[in-house]
Amino acid sequence: MKKFIAEDGLVMPLDRANVDTDYIIPKQFLKSIKRTGFGKNLFDEARYLDKGLPDADCSGRPLNPDFVMNQPRYESASILLARENFGCGSSREHAPWALDDYGFRCIIAPSYADIFFNNCVKNGILLIVLEENIVEELFQETNATVGYRLAVDLADQTITKPDGSQIAFTIEDSRKNILLNGLDDISLTLQNKDDIQAFETQWQERSPWLFTTTGS
Amino acid sequence: MAGKTLYDKLWESHLVKDLDDGTSLIYIDLHFLHEVTSPQAFEGLRLAGRKPWRAGANMATPDHNVPTTLDERSQGVEGIVDPVSKIQVQSLDSNCNEFGIDEFEIDDPRHGIVHVIGPEQGRTLPGMTIVCGDSHTSTHGALGSLAHGIGTSEVEHVLATQCLVQKKAKNMLVRVNGQLNPGVTAKDVVLAIIGKIGTAGGTGYTIEFGGEAIQSLSIEGRMTVCNMAIEAGARAGLVAVDDKTIEYVKGRPFAPNGETWEKAAAAWKGLVSDADADFDAVVDLEATEIVPQVSWGTSPEMVAPVTGVVPDPADAGNETRQNNYQQALKYMGLEAGTPIQAIKLDRVFIGSCTNSRIEDLRAAAAVVKGRKVADSIKEALVVPGSGLVKKQAEEEGLDRIFTEAGLQWREPGCSMCLAMNADQLGEGEHCASTSNRNFEGRQGFGGRTHLVSPAMAAAAAVHGHFVDVRELQLH
Repeated sequence: MKKFIAEDGLVMPLDRANVDTDYIIPKQFLKSIKRTGFGKNLFDEARYLDKGLPDADCSGRPLNPDFVMNQPRYESASILLARENFGCGSSREHAPWALDDYGFRCIIAPSYADIFFNNCVKNGILLIVLEENIVEELFQETNATVGYRLAVDLADQTITKPDGSQIAFTIEDSRKNILLNGLDDISLTLQNKDDIQAFETQWQERSPWLFTTTGS
Repeated sequence: MAGKTLYDKLWESHLVKDLDDGTSLIYIDLHFLHEVTSPQAFEGLRLAGRKPWRAGANMATPDHNVPTTLDERSQGVEGIVDPVSKIQVQSLDSNCNEFGIDEFEIDDPRHGIVHVIGPEQGRTLPGMTIVCGDSHTSTHGALGSLAHGIGTSEVEHVLATQCLVQKKAKNMLVRVNGQLNPGVTAKDVVLAIIGKIGTAGGTGYTIEFGGEAIQSLSIEGRMTVCNMAIEAGARAGLVAVDDKTIEYVKGRPFAPNGETWEKAAAAWKGLVSDADADFDAVVDLEATEIVPQVSWGTSPEMVAPVTGVVPDPADAGNETRQNNYQQALKYMGLEAGTPIQAIKLDRVFIGSCTNSRIEDLRAAAAVVKGRKVADSIKEALVVPGSGLVKKQAEEEGLDRIFTEAGLQWREPGCSMCLAMNADQLGEGEHCASTSNRNFEGRQGFGGRTHLVSPAMAAAAAVHGHFVDVRELQLH
């Protein structure tokens, strides 16, 4: 699995609460059976003025000049600054795949939806939770300064601002460990194979009806 | 010591072990798969040379992408006109074949929306842990099972290990006290709950729905409520097991029978929260205060009573929320203060894992019977949740009631809930929809969704705008 260690990158602000995963990657692109290539359709309906089609070339499509991502100052941003409840709605992992494919490695917001949070960890994207007033401050600074960058360090759990000041953030140890080491969690779980088998055996004895696999 | 919640009991009974880092290994009894979120997981298994831990714990069906017209459906997979959708459905078929997973294929009479057919077949049983790469897996909690959506990496993880690594959620009780008034349905209850606690109100929690009004709901109604737990931010919603639950399960194709049935039913009776259980949060609603709900914005929390008006962003609270309301009104093409009943509609959609079961179709049919769809409505679709729901409805003559009124009677699937197939809204069109999400573009590029109950959608189809279904005479 992909690691996250540190990211020193340009910040793009997305000033919108409750950004849902349909907004991040609309459904027509979910028809792909691959994990890659979703970046060009990230935020498709906000980013382009026309309707996006799967497998279409996006280079000639009309861009929405009002959408933040189309402003030259945010080109090649790798840190996304967002509002509350980011990633709500559908469980589609295509949302983190699209963010990652476009180049976002880290998101900073006051809160996230649960399923989206898990999906990001699985894809080596760091989600940082900060108090709403600190996020607001970052929005103001990003808007005020062209080329505003932040340096995120996961081991130290710090964000360093351009003036050298630091913001500390918290993260669960389990998630930190997975991100720093890029661990394959299926292999990790299978280290407990004997425990799983033992559980399954006693569970089947106690609740045989849960193991029925043929209908009448 | 305080008693245990139903969620505590389900968690503990499936705990394989606590891991050193504060997470736990939880055993998964049942895993549903569909064509959209599974291909990359199967590919992952192939690349790593892994096999499913217990193939029989999985059940698959294609639902998101399937066409709903008889023309396309009568030819099975080969009939799918959209070549990209067709590949995805074929991939599910070949993956299930390769890995030995039971699938209800597109032309199986039992085919349908995964969250409709699971309970219908008796695959969903009380006391199970159930996951699926679909956020509306919370639906199955209506039967007292712990069910939630997962991403594709977790789909692969469950296939390979029959477990998930999880952190226990907090417990929330949402109590709906008293009895609902006539014309007010499970959909109105859950929309009112989301309107009250917000779309992130349940984040980090498992919500148990309780109180007299929930107990009085049918199992299908409880499914509607649990289905939308995720729209309140909670991955899982639950309702305690009672006699109705056990009665619902009895005799279904995959349900236990004979002596095993007796044992199972006895065990299921304990699937309730203890009277002295501790909840981290409790929310109370009064059933008599709930009236039919209509969503006006682009988040399921943006709801108003059918008797109300589109709210003013100035009253929305902090600046982020005010912006949120303004963005929503702009997208929806609505102005603050507009009466909900003045919102004109272009299309109507009755279906989805929220509201496509037989009771939903009966409720909609009772409204349109002997009436006609308004001339201003371009299209009104009724999409049953499964082949068996469709068959039952046809036996009851509901299909003729719909078609005589001018609604279209379609083949089962997710259809216009997420519009991955050809069933889509046009740009700027308003739709009365019995689905679960009113996000921007959800039902089609530029489409404007209003979430309502089946009866309200049917009434809107007849009038061309929202009306209070409580004022209509039903047939």
